[in-house]
Amino acid sequence: MKNKIFKALSLLAITSLLMVACTKDLNRVPPYDFTSAQVYKDLAGYKQVLSKLYAGLSLTGNAGPDGQGDIRGIDEGFSSYLRQYWQAQELSTDEAVIAWNDATIKDFHFMTWSSSDVFLRALYYRIYFQITLCNEFVRESTPSKLSGRNITGADATEIGYFRAEARFLRALSYYHALDLYGNVPFVTENDPIGAFLPPRIARTDLYNYVESELKAIENDLKNAKANEYGRVDKAADWALLSRLYLNAEVYTGAAKYTEAVTYANKVIAASYSLIPNWKNLFLADNNVTGANEIVFPITFDGGKSRTWGGTTYLVHAPIVGSMSASVHGVDFGWGGIRTTKQFVQKFGGPAGDSRMNFYTAGQNLDINDIGTATDGYGIVKFRNVTSTGANGSNPTWVDTDFPMFRLPELYLNYAEAVLRGGSGGDAATALNYINMLRQRAYGNATGNITAGQLNLQFILDERAKELHWEGVRRTDLIRYGQFTTGTYLWAWKGNTMNGQAVGSHRNLYPVPAADLTANPNLVQNPGY
Amino acid sequence: MSLKNFMKATGIIMLLLIAQTSFAQNRTITGKVTDSKDGSGVAGVTITAKGSRAGTTTSADGSFTFSVPSGATTLVISSVGFATQEVSIDGKNSIGVSLVGTSTVLNEVVVTGYGSVRRKDLTSAITTITSKDFTKGPITTPDGLINGRVAGVQITTPSGAPGAGARILIRGGASLSASNSPLIVVDNVPLDNNGISGAANPLSLINPNDIESFNILKDASATAIYGNRASNGVIIITTKKGKTGKVKVNFSTLNSLYTVAKKTEVLSAGEFTSMVKSQGNAAQKALLGTSNTNWQDEIYQNAFGTDNNISLSGGIQKLPYRFSLGYLNQQGILTTGKLSRFSGFLNLSPTLLNNHLKIDFNLRGASTDTRFANEGAIGSAAAFDPTQSVHNSDGRFGGYFEWINNNQPYGLAPRNPVALLQLREDKSKVKRAIGNLQLDYKLHGLPELRFNVNIGFDRSQGEGTINVPDSAGQAYLSTSPTGQKTSGLNNQYEQKKKNKLLDAYFNYVKSFRAIKSDVDIMAGYGYQDFLTQAPTFPGRGANGVEYSPANPFPFESENTLISYYGRFRYALMGKYLVTVNVRRDGSSRFNPDLRWKTFPGVSVAWVLSEEKGIKAVTAISNLKLRYGYGKTGQQDVGDNYPYLARYTIGTNTAQYQFGNGFYTVYRPVGYDYNLKWEETSSYNLGLDFGFLNNRINGSIDLYRKKTKDLLSVIPVPAGTNFTNELLTNVGNMKNEGFEVTINATVFKTKNASWEAGVNFSYNKNEITRLTRVNDPNYQGVLTGGISGGVGNTIQIHSVGFPRSSFFVLQQAYDSKNFPIEGLYVDRNGDGIINNNDYYRYKKPDPDAFIGFTSQVTCHQWTFATLLRSNIGNYMYNNVFSGATFTTNSLGYLYNVSSNHLKTGYKNNQYFSDYFIENAAFLKMDNLSATYDFGQVMNNKATLRASIIVQNVFTLTKYKGLDPEIAGGIDNNFYTRPRVYSLGLNLDF
Repeated sequence: MKNKIFKALSLLAITSLLMVACTKDLNRVPPYDFTSAQVYKDLAGYKQVLSKLYAGLSLTGNAGPDGQGDIRGIDEGFSSYLRQYWQAQELSTDEAVIAWNDATIKDFHFMTWSSSDVFLRALYYRIYFQITLCNEFVRESTPSKLSGRNITGADATEIGYFRAEARFLRALSYYHALDLYGNVPFVTENDPIGAFLPPRIARTDLYNYVESELKAIENDLKNAKANEYGRVDKAADWALLSRLYLNAEVYTGAAKYTEAVTYANKVIAASYSLIPNWKNLFLADNNVTGANEIVFPITFDGGKSRTWGGTTYLVHAPIVGSMSASVHGVDFGWGGIRTTKQFVQKFGGPAGDSRMNFYTAGQNLDINDIGTATDGYGIVKFRNVTSTGANGSNPTWVDTDFPMFRLPELYLNYAEAVLRGGSGGDAATALNYINMLRQRAYGNATGNITAGQLNLQFILDERAKELHWEGVRRTDLIRYGQFTTGTYLWAWKGNTMNGQAVGSHRNLYPVPAADLTANPNLVQNPGY
Repeated sequence: MSLKNFMKATGIIMLLLIAQTSFAQNRTITGKVTDSKDGSGVAGVTITAKGSRAGTTTSADGSFTFSVPSGATTLVISSVGFATQEVSIDGKNSIGVSLVGTSTVLNEVVVTGYGSVRRKDLTSAITTITSKDFTKGPITTPDGLINGRVAGVQITTPSGAPGAGARILIRGGASLSASNSPLIVVDNVPLDNNGISGAANPLSLINPNDIESFNILKDASATAIYGNRASNGVIIITTKKGKTGKVKVNFSTLNSLYTVAKKTEVLSAGEFTSMVKSQGNAAQKALLGTSNTNWQDEIYQNAFGTDNNISLSGGIQKLPYRFSLGYLNQQGILTTGKLSRFSGFLNLSPTLLNNHLKIDFNLRGASTDTRFANEGAIGSAAAFDPTQSVHNSDGRFGGYFEWINNNQPYGLAPRNPVALLQLREDKSKVKRAIGNLQLDYKLHGLPELRFNVNIGFDRSQGEGTINVPDSAGQAYLSTSPTGQKTSGLNNQYEQKKKNKLLDAYFNYVKSFRAIKSDVDIMAGYGYQDFLTQAPTFPGRGANGVEYSPANPFPFESENTLISYYGRFRYALMGKYLVTVNVRRDGSSRFNPDLRWKTFPGVSVAWVLSEEKGIKAVTAISNLKLRYGYGKTGQQDVGDNYPYLARYTIGTNTAQYQFGNGFYTVYRPVGYDYNLKWEETSSYNLGLDFGFLNNRINGSIDLYRKKTKDLLSVIPVPAGTNFTNELLTNVGNMKNEGFEVTINATVFKTKNASWEAGVNFSYNKNEITRLTRVNDPNYQGVLTGGISGGVGNTIQIHSVGFPRSSFFVLQQAYDSKNFPIEGLYVDRNGDGIINNNDYYRYKKPDPDAFIGFTSQVTCHQWTFATLLRSNIGNYMYNNVFSGATFTTNSLGYLYNVSSNHLKTGYKNNQYFSDYFIENAAFLKMDNLSATYDFGQVMNNKATLRASIIVQNVFTLTKYKGLDPEIAGGIDNNFYTRPRVYSLGLNLDF
């Protein structure tokens, strides 16, 4: 009997040993993912993370065109930074209407959006995803981290540039948050990842932060045009500063037109020039043909850099009615975006403006029904064909890069800031800059204007003609006090056919209700 | 053999067999049957002569007179609630029989996980369904055997596709974002419930014909023994075992005709033409064709299926064995779809060392070949212009008509449904093997103590190919990253799963007569590991050009569970019962500080019918009150590494361009270091009852389940993680309900009997918390993606409402009660209709569901039926909401649901509550007639033949195709077929 019990006990003992041996199996790690030590081991690794920071503006995730999205709670194709930003800046204005039935997408143009709007939420989270990625990169690229990883010499210098670029991209996203949402959460590289509640930053303080960051990195960035195409240099920094200062009065109540002139001048003094043909700026080979004019592009490629957002969206969605997809270099149109009569009428001046490219066959100038894609003229601008007429590399995903900043904006900033009383420039130069744009558009001097014709409203209209669908319209209309007021009405503004004024609180988008819940430090913008 | 010939042949065989039976000369026997308990006569006892069908029943005082066939030597005496006896009548003219009362119900063995118990000793809510009660018919997956038969278990088949997997929900499920599937244990091997690539349903690789019983553990006092996987209940499947003795052979064949029960109602060619002519613009009118095509007729077919099984069981000396082979072949009613399955099963259960060592060895393997029909054809068929013909004249696109734009198939238009099916060859081959070896050693000298070691594995391998010719419209022209053109598809995939298991426990069972106590103690250890591997393949066109390169790395993911568990069962005087279950689980899915957790379960029962006062009431045969409490977990959070900070690398088509170079990106992954399991506490109060020798028996259970640390995908504070939404433990949810089960032998006479059962389940689900910081303004989590637009959702998880409540705008109606397009009630009164006006309206889950079973036996005939009903469930009719006719010049035409004639909508109004419909239903799932031929082929075999109809009828107010769709969104549902089957069952 005792023997049996002994047997039983030894069996038990063997089993227990087995158990202990196995508990280490609970430490499972994914075999094909990477830790930060593996990622940040050399210059190449840093550059691959840096490329994600840039790709955050163009692509929607880690698989192209979709499959491993960055942002959740929205269809991945819609979650593209550029696509969301474009919708918020353009669909809400006279420049664009969309026919689709996707959730609340028509609320942009109707100006009936609410704090639970899915697109406004996605844009907001896209901005903060970008900021969080940049914070991580800034944290991981400090000189002490580099030396700790035995990265020295030229490699360390190059990563130093990367770091300044990451800070620029963070400032750019904070600028968007400042412009769109105003009072938002504030996180920097000094904050942890994980459970904490970021403090709220008021619009003025955020303005100051963006300004200080852009100025702080000014000398850390590569010289204008000294960096690879697609990467940020000093000129991009100056261009953003100029835009920030031009709108400073909206953001803080204090005008900064002199600074807007100063930084416009810096870009203009760099070696950029207007390319001969305005239309080529928005074609599949604009990375080559437009490189002299584009200060900072967001790059796309139909082969290796695929997304349903970005310029793929900007080429497909405006193909409506009987417009030809092949003229646009793509397989078919998405039947969505047109423009209002009021925007069409901006081109009422002398004939011959090559920037006027409306598609009118079968399209009604008036919009009876936003859902009808033949109501409203089409616009032909972004296309997936090259300047020589060849198709882009892929009929679905386009090659065309998006110009986030290009030289004409700085000319226009200069002129407007001078007219608004900024010093450091003069009216004659302003007139000259405007006429340079018009001369290119007309191909000759027939469109040139006189000093007497140059006024603020003229500049606003010129901005619409030169920069339409490039993501600045909402900001411009707000600066001119025409976004929500009855001063300027366009079709279906305020959800009536002829347009009506809406509450001035709509000059800011609401902080998404989802983040108000998640972060009690936040306060909703007035009026929502 | 064609189906027609097969039916003919079967009919002739049946006639021949009936003609064979005959009777001989008789003699008379008299006697009386009494109850051994008190000597009183038992009425209605069936008395038959063994080997013949002659029989009689006893009168009110238990006496009988029986004219016995001359050759008979033995009488069989049987009655409900008594053990059947055989009495020799050799040389006798009168006999007296004393019957001993039994209670088969109470002696039934209930498998509890790591052991079993007789039902009378059970203290928690476990339902047992054995093979005799299974639904018969064309059932290809195990869940079909018990659908509608168990209170609290809601099984919803997803579609009519061959082998498709059902959604099983026990007591409403306990999760929101994590899995709601119960744990399924086959012969002591807990299965990985996730899908296998290439298999419509992982359970379809288990042949239902090999299953002996299901034990469904519903309340946490019972399921706690499965710890962190038990929140959604546990289904324990036990397969058939060999029995010593003469070899027995069973052969069964079931041949079925699958027919289309219902199609989506769309406009006919005539109606469509008049709609376009009256409402369309010139461009649209010009597109009208002249054909009259019913596209749904073109894609559906009557399909044939056959299921054949043979099993051998017996013993070679002391080695009992059972071996079975099965072959299933089923076509889908959607053309091109088909499934075939070979399955084999071997069980060896020898007992060695003088009955001290019991070995149980199970090995089952199955191999399925599936051709998946392109289900996109269903939506295309409903939407395709009925005035176009199937084929074109120019031979492009494989000869099928397609809408053309830019000289290519038009991307926005639907594709030709017939071409979608015929020009896509989507085939898979999946093999799965599940095996285990269980050694149960009763200690020499201490037989009360036994050791049990179980080693098991579950391996599967799925691989498939998808081929589309380069002329097909469905995959026309794409371009590789390097600019090469290609069309069609030539793709493949592969996946391997390797799961292994080790369980070891000891069990001590002893009766201490002196203190009237029975003790049962068990303690053990378990290790289970789940590994999934999949190589990566590029996307290739038909010409082999890679339009989408392979990912840089293959897929591999693994998780491990380690557990310690124990059970203590104590019974005093056979009427006061206590069971305690404990499991301590560790999961590799969570961080080292959080990965271990203990899950207890306690239940008590009081056998009232053993108390003197009640025992005296002979009508009451069983009355037991049960109460249980338990805590269980849910560790199936989807991701295997959710707590780890890490970077993932981008694909080759998600690079970023700097200068002329492209860079593959690294992205940090959002993670929650503190993620842990969901915990469900559940309370169960139950009453088991049996009357008239358990002729009427059943149970009533009341339960409440509260889940805390509910995993929900919620927005993280912006800027604090590498994602905007994170799966994290934030919510609370409760399920409350009750279940009633009653089974009864309504009557039983010599030649006829009627057994009926009804089960009723009521469940109320409510989300009670969803945010870390309580915020009454928090809207909730949008869910329930619909078809139409991009990213549109129709449901929401909100605090204070049932899970997945519909989140819609309130429709405004005109004086004739027609919905007014685009006009909604301004619910918040701010003068603007936007998403602040959405409200929560109804939900997809039923308040109650009911199953009704009935089996009538009359002479050699048995008629059985199964009815099911759901009450209080609603459906979003996505087919109706998609029906609009717009004058946008799209360059193609599309058909709409007939409901468009009522709404006349021009723009889609997806979010109108008009499209939320009451989907309560009553369905007759199954109706069968079986004829028992008895002995055939010179008494060498017995034969049964059945005619079965499945999906007989549906009564519902719901206007769409089928009111029963898991999730509550009806969008181009693969209609469930009506199936007519003919089965033969032969035992040697």
